Amino acid sequence: MIPEVIQTYTPLWACLSALAAVVPMLILRRETALREGITFLAGFVMLGFVISMVPEVLAGKVLECTLVQLTADVPIKFRVDGLGMLFALVASSLWIVTSLYSVGYMRGLKEHSQTRFFVFFAVSLTATMGVAFAGNLLTLYLFYEMLSLATWPLVTHHQDKEARGGGRKYLTYLLGTSVGFALPALIFCYVKASATGLEFSAAGFLAGTGIEGTAALVLLLLFTFGFSKAGLMPFHSWLPGAMVAPTPVSALLHAVAVVKVGVFCIIRVFTGVFGLEFLKELDIAIVISWVAAFTVITSSLIALTQDNLKRRLAFSTIGQLAYIILGVSLLEDRAVMGSMTHIAMHAVGKITLFMCAGAIFVATGKKYVSQMDGLGRKMPLTFAAFTIGALSVIGLPPTGGLISKFYLVTGAMDANQPWLVTVFLVSTLLNAAYLLPIGYRAFFPKDRQLSSQPFSWKSTVEAPWACVLPLCVTSCLAMLLFVKPQLLLKLASLMVSDAG
Amino acid sequence: MAEQYPILVLLVLLFGALLVGLSGMADRRVCFPLTVTALGLAVAVSIGILQRVMDGGVIRYFVGGWSRPVGIGIELRIDTINALVLLTVTTVGLLTAIFSFRRVRDDKTEKTPLFYVLYLLLIMGLSGMVITGDAFNLYVLLEVSSLTSYALIAMGKSKRAATAAFSYIIMGTIGASFYLLGVGYLYLRTGTLNMMEIHQAILALDGPSSTIVVAFVLIIVGLMIKMAFFPLFGWLPNAYSYCPSSTSCVVAPLMTKVGVYVMVRMMLTVFGTEWVFSNLQYTQWLVGMAVVAILAGSVMALAQVELKKMFCYLIVAEVGYMVGGAWMANHWGMVGTIYHIMGDAFMTLCMFLAAGIFLKQAGVVRIDQLDGMFRKMPWTMAGFVVGALAMIGIPPTCGFFSKLYLIRGGMESGHWFYVGALLISSLVNAVLFFRIFEIAYFGKNPAEGHAAHHEEPSVQPVIKEAHPSSLIPLYLTAAIILLLGLFNGQIVELIEHSLNGVQVIGTEILVEKGGQG
Repeated sequence: MIPEVIQTYTPLWACLSALAAVVPMLILRRETALREGITFLAGFVMLGFVISMVPEVLAGKVLECTLVQLTADVPIKFRVDGLGMLFALVASSLWIVTSLYSVGYMRGLKEHSQTRFFVFFAVSLTATMGVAFAGNLLTLYLFYEMLSLATWPLVTHHQDKEARGGGRKYLTYLLGTSVGFALPALIFCYVKASATGLEFSAAGFLAGTGIEGTAALVLLLLFTFGFSKAGLMPFHSWLPGAMVAPTPVSALLHAVAVVKVGVFCIIRVFTGVFGLEFLKELDIAIVISWVAAFTVITSSLIALTQDNLKRRLAFSTIGQLAYIILGVSLLEDRAVMGSMTHIAMHAVGKITLFMCAGAIFVATGKKYVSQMDGLGRKMPLTFAAFTIGALSVIGLPPTGGLISKFYLVTGAMDANQPWLVTVFLVSTLLNAAYLLPIGYRAFFPKDRQLSSQPFSWKSTVEAPWACVLPLCVTSCLAMLLFVKPQLLLKLASLMVSDAG
Repeated sequence: MAEQYPILVLLVLLFGALLVGLSGMADRRVCFPLTVTALGLAVAVSIGILQRVMDGGVIRYFVGGWSRPVGIGIELRIDTINALVLLTVTTVGLLTAIFSFRRVRDDKTEKTPLFYVLYLLLIMGLSGMVITGDAFNLYVLLEVSSLTSYALIAMGKSKRAATAAFSYIIMGTIGASFYLLGVGYLYLRTGTLNMMEIHQAILALDGPSSTIVVAFVLIIVGLMIKMAFFPLFGWLPNAYSYCPSSTSCVVAPLMTKVGVYVMVRMMLTVFGTEWVFSNLQYTQWLVGMAVVAILAGSVMALAQVELKKMFCYLIVAEVGYMVGGAWMANHWGMVGTIYHIMGDAFMTLCMFLAAGIFLKQAGVVRIDQLDGMFRKMPWTMAGFVVGALAMIGIPPTCGFFSKLYLIRGGMESGHWFYVGALLISSLVNAVLFFRIFEIAYFGKNPAEGHAAHHEEPSVQPVIKEAHPSSLIPLYLTAAIILLLGLFNGQIVELIEHSLNGVQVIGTEILVEKGGQG
């Protein structure tokens, strides 16, 4: 089935709306309130453009626009399909929430260079949208690199020794793998299939080019490890290192935008470059499945041992990203749908957790799990949201995480891989083991003295409202997605029905 | 008028030099506007030439109306490849001339006219090398550009400039002698100096001719000295880093690149790709040497403490890119090389312009003196970042696409070591430039905790941002880097147009001199 194509520049406007905000932000750098207003304005404009495309995508159409003919065969091209739309929706809506949170966080801590922070945040969002809407491999790579570079000043925002170390690691891993692995893979595709314009298609543009056997496996591995934003082991250690960033950055970029761009690229490689059918024929994806399964279990075990809350969340992210890769590498329709919806479900859950971590830090200055005994009585809203976020990440009702995990596990059964089903189940237990105790201890501390005090709203010390409101919103969103996951499922099913 | 464009480029520059020299003696202040005008005209004419070549195919222009094969006439022969390179040469010349405004005025007032005379002659020599269709004429122009560049380099303030220029003279003269010797052998065997006629004569030869092989080897070795191909690069780093900024900004991007262009021209037009690749089995050797050049250049760049020296070793690596690309006997390798001649010229220009600005405004010589530059000179850094990203090869800059084509060529022809070397060199460049970014962003000694940075610093930076006359060329260069990248499809189409024409003889459109009708 060839979907109907509509030519429109809307994806471009969605992409540029964040970039356009940079200039007024620089001009108004002394007027903090106005500058932040522009961030919100850009956020809503972007979301508006994205939503305006939803009905057409849902109707099974594809929106395209070609910008520049880069090389003789390959242009810069935007193409909006179900997967891209799903990701764009997640990223653009969470940007607005995070912007509000950033305002609270940055003001609360009186951070320096706030203008630079908001400017690069906007640039990163443009790059993320570019990845979401990229219509061919070259465009994808272009925005992927742009994102690596635009997020570096955010990761190293504090400009101290720790930030320098984290920033070095960040770039070494991301640029090293993308230039060392993804770029040669891209050029190899270009050599083999330049006539197809490297354009993503459900059947895969590599199908029928005579790539097979070891060459195909090497190519797949180069792509999967080359997009190391996905944090697949052994190229994961930039992610905990990047936790030196201010928490809003960790929240949006390192739970949502950057890492999800990584898995998004890998899903594109599976569904658009190779094509699920062609991969089934080649019978090589199982290698990736086991690498991902290893990552899932190992990262969960490491997360158990982390006392720094943000680091624990970072390792949890590594494991959850590996879920997504594992799901798509199973090549079964339901598993792939599970992967795609898990992008959204995990994003909402994990951003809540990160924002809670930040809110705790702003209100109390505490970073370590061991310090958080009994804190739930002082920050009830924050910890309530934390618990909901944790439930979503673990995949328990009443949160959206259950839906995607359900699809992933049934997909693994469809693929007839009982061991991988076990991996999912064991890791769920591990997730529960490293996340639930935090919330539990906060409300029911071991220390009797803390728990014996009667609770009163007057004794609470919540973070500023701009920090607390966003995390309440996202935790509600996590529950809403449990009740109403239809939109996401529909978008994801568009991709697999294409492939089928 | 339009038929005279090829010679007009050279005449504008030649008479510009004369005029600058004469009027400069009366009033130094006219030198700068005159130079910029001459170069502006040259750029305009180059654009006109490119337009004509795109419309009408190859231009053959016979100087003085002495048409071939009778007579002694010199032919200027322009196809899309050298039209593009010519435009690159004149544009770099113009941008650097604008950049030189403050520098020459401040540095050495009594030598201002001399500087601009030499400068124009240098650009004239390089432009001539690019458009000439005569092997001996090329030698003459090679010497014109070399002699002027020796003098320009020796103008550097430090004592080391003189010694650097001296060793450059020695090496450069050896290179030029090799080239001349090679042309001599060619003349011996073919009886002509015109490139097209040499080509015909070589095609007409019955068996293999050792004379031609010797001529070819001599010419290529001579050119390799001129283009600083590893291991013949010893003269380059000192010569390019101790000379005045405005000199380094023009010699560093252009001299080596024009050398590469001449090599490509020799391979394509004079000897012919068929003869070069099938008669001589040098492909493996030269690509292997290119791999060594790339790796060695990158490693040596890593070891440098001084900013300009680092850029100089990067040039050595980039020359390796191009030699390897040209010699891999693959269509895309050749396309990548020719595209990279242009791209690398502007990338190098961007690097040296930024280095010049840093030197002038902040006295920066070593890399670690760049600390805090993002705060002190944000505008200059912005331009520098674009150039640096191109050097690393981040899309959509031109650096990415030249790598794309070169690697494609390497993959198609099975030169996997070359592919690996290119990727390693990209990674090394990433390390090099992010080291600079890091120093410029964090400062030399970042604070231990992040509390120290929390208040906006109240101290006003002492270092002033550069003058517009320096920033405008930098930004134009950065813009060109991006445009070359975004429109690489069209440029490659132009290059391919001439590459296909090389094999097909008889598609040329003869442009006789107007006077002859």
